[in-house]
Amino acid sequence: MSLLTVKGLTASYGVSQALFGVDLDIAAGEVVALMGRNGMGKSTTVKAICRMISAQGELRFDGQDLHALPSHKAARLGLGLVPEGRRCFRDLTVAENLLATSRPGAWDMTKVTTLFPRLGERHSQLAASLSGGEQQMLAIGRALMTNPRLLILDEATEGLAPIIRQEIWAAITRLKADTDMAILVIDKTLAELAQVSDRAVVLERGRTVWSGAMAALTPDVTERYVGV
Amino acid sequence: MSRETLFNAALLLGLLLVPIWALLTDEPFTITLATRAVILALAAAGLNIALGIGGLVSLGHAVFFGIGGYAMGILAHHAQGFTPLMEWPFVIEGTKSMPVIWLLAIVVSALAALVIGLLSLRTTGAYFIMITLAFGQMFYYFAISWSAYGGEDGMSIYVRNDFPGLNTLAPIQFYGLCLALLVVVLVFSARLRRAPFGLSLNAARQVPARLEAVGLDPMRLKLVAFVISGAITGLAGALFADLNRFVSPTMFSWQFSGEIMVLVILGGVGRLFGPVAGAVTFVALEHVLGGLTEFWHIYLGLILLGVVLFARGGITGLIAGREASHD
Repeated sequence: MSLLTVKGLTASYGVSQALFGVDLDIAAGEVVALMGRNGMGKSTTVKAICRMISAQGELRFDGQDLHALPSHKAARLGLGLVPEGRRCFRDLTVAENLLATSRPGAWDMTKVTTLFPRLGERHSQLAASLSGGEQQMLAIGRALMTNPRLLILDEATEGLAPIIRQEIWAAITRLKADTDMAILVIDKTLAELAQVSDRAVVLERGRTVWSGAMAALTPDVTERYVGV
Repeated sequence: MSRETLFNAALLLGLLLVPIWALLTDEPFTITLATRAVILALAAAGLNIALGIGGLVSLGHAVFFGIGGYAMGILAHHAQGFTPLMEWPFVIEGTKSMPVIWLLAIVVSALAALVIGLLSLRTTGAYFIMITLAFGQMFYYFAISWSAYGGEDGMSIYVRNDFPGLNTLAPIQFYGLCLALLVVVLVFSARLRRAPFGLSLNAARQVPARLEAVGLDPMRLKLVAFVISGAITGLAGALFADLNRFVSPTMFSWQFSGEIMVLVILGGVGRLFGPVAGAVTFVALEHVLGGLTEFWHIYLGLILLGVVLFARGGITGLIAGREASHD
């Protein structure tokens, strides 16, 4: 059964329509890559799923209609968002960032710092003083502390040094192997996406134009819609 | 131990030693001044929860201070005049018991903060400031028109209320009581800011939208903080009224709301002992400069200007560093 169901999703920013019909399904434990060139609606789809913007069309999480819920209640169902641009709470320490969002469940401070040892080493350091990569790890840790059933990673490796990107991809691979958490991942690096994802959904001009197993994603499709 | 912790300990030690010195040298007025500073620090500690952690710039906190004051005034007025507070549908007598008065001041202030918060927290920025200011003015003019309790002239209470086992008319004993309450509130504030609630509230001040994305409702967090903040300021109002044995509509005035905010900014917004540093400095300036000129507020204004422009963390920031301690 589908954990997240998105059908015919449309959304607008004022008079400017951004989504024209996005279809997307994610089952528990599945890793799905949401792909497409810049400006094709990937982040808008994430914002609509997380109820950060209003949208129309079918939008269900674990059978529950997300349209009826404000953003924070939708998140409490088990949606964990790692937003584009990280946006950690700069005036709080690493430990405080994690504690501020924690909810009961398997993920706690120890588990997060085991996944990202750098966070453990800097637990009493202000988030503002962390490097970009460490802030990204903190943003992922913060989302994990909410014990989500679906983790959404929006451009989690964008602008990071290759070694940090490797650490983050390794963490995602570990999450896939060790947990039954579903993951929706948006990224521009096709090779890493192909390694970690079970399926891919490709957006073009706010519409789903391709959906299927990652192994079935052909160079023809990626060249045409992703630009790589 | 951080510099801020040392600074806080020194302030607390000062609050303990100065009144003892005043007692030994027979300077009761100094004890009264210290009591005023401690009560104002308590009011500011209340605002510091809303303003310092939650970022809520309330220009209506005098409402809660006034409610606390009038809760004391009304209960004591009926108790000392041997007239019931209410006769129908059942008889309620006034009281001279401080713990009962404090409890009522806290409950009524909290309820007022809940109602005001529910309406005003729908707005942000300048609109939030204006709505809280408007509530302040409403209560101020209501108190002026409430002739049963003195109207514009206010109301005197002839004897300070009682606390079991203490002679509250002895300045040092009343001071000790006020200081104990301040310490309780500061310990509570310290625990609150380290608890998940306080951390989430701090996060709500920084990036409210991001907090919603992790399943927390910033509006609810801010409302709870506003209610706690109002309740503490209400308690300070009840003590202030007992200190002066007098309540008047000026306790509700927007100038007083501004004064509480000045204490927080002067001492250091969001710093645990910022309200204490602010209140002690304010009362000291009021006493020293007030003895030199009746226009002492001009100098206070200059000092405040200096703090805002050059000392972001207030007096605490100047002495203990700009970054708040996360000890």
